[in-house]
Amino acid sequence: MTAQNLNAEAGRASEAERSRSLTGDLAYLFAGLLFGLVLVKSEAASWYRIQEMFRFQSFHMYGLLGSAVLTGLLSTALLRRAGHTRAGEAVKVSAKDPGWRRYVFGGATFGLGWGLSGLCPGPIFVQLGAGIGGAAVVLLFALVGTYLYGVFKDRLPH
Amino acid sequence: MNELISLLQSPWPWWVSGPLIGLTVPLLLWLGNKSFGISSNLRHACAIMLPERSKPAFFRYDWRKERWNLMFGAGLLLGGFLAGWVFANPQPTALSAAATDSVRQLGLSVAPGLVPPELRDLTRPGVWVLLALSGLLVGFGTRYGGGCTSGHAITGLSTLQAPSLIATASFFGAGILSANFLLPWLLGALL
Repeated sequence: MTAQNLNAEAGRASEAERSRSLTGDLAYLFAGLLFGLVLVKSEAASWYRIQEMFRFQSFHMYGLLGSAVLTGLLSTALLRRAGHTRAGEAVKVSAKDPGWRRYVFGGATFGLGWGLSGLCPGPIFVQLGAGIGGAAVVLLFALVGTYLYGVFKDRLPH
Repeated sequence: MNELISLLQSPWPWWVSGPLIGLTVPLLLWLGNKSFGISSNLRHACAIMLPERSKPAFFRYDWRKERWNLMFGAGLLLGGFLAGWVFANPQPTALSAAATDSVRQLGLSVAPGLVPPELRDLTRPGVWVLLALSGLLVGFGTRYGGGCTSGHAITGLSTLQAPSLIATASFFGAGILSANFLLPWLLGALL
């Protein structure tokens, strides 16, 4: 094979890769769009519903989360058993790190913040898209909080 | 036409939207073995924005490999724009009577939109303090705990992972305390 042929080969390969990564990007963008729509339609992005949930004043959010987990459980089990990924690979679910301290302490820190604004990370982006300026304030400080974790990580129990 | 628009604007019952949320887990696995989780985007955003030389080690990694999640995050903005702005529900959230009372007791009103108008008023310094504190805790806590509602409560529980059960119990418990005790106290002090 001449050098020219090799180059052409490489060019074709990277072009195929580029187009695959572009359709990949669009697929994830679309998945995010659908998920954002559902967060508004389910009212999980509503401050009111989150307060109602944390006060046990309606079944709405419990039905929502319960049916989401049940559907996720069954459909993921089915995909793992019978299916494969779009590219034909085996389905791999990445395991969370073992331990408990980070989940108790980190979870509690997140929960305190969630109760104050009614915003977990998904709804932050969704409310921002809906033009709610307060969500930009929460996002900005959430980035600061993430940065601070990166700074103090090694001094925290995990 | 008006009927169609009001159909597009109205919220969906939980038994329609809940299963759709759950299907996100196998959808992302099918698309490319991706574990659904939104808060990682906060880390990627830090990794992108921080200058290379002064970055803590936690933000030194190839964020380009996580581009799918940034695309998903951009999709969330678009979804929020479509459903929460273009086709915004003109009715207030249909709360239970008890919840409506609680909102009023907090000194806030039940109005159309995703957030009470009092908490959207960024001319009040108290609103900034409340939102800033919330953001700091959410950003720090999700990274410390390794995930948020999507990564732990939806993905982790769907795949039967014990750490996610611990995290979910912890952030749900803390959320209950925060919403019932910390928020009323802060609103009383700040607004």
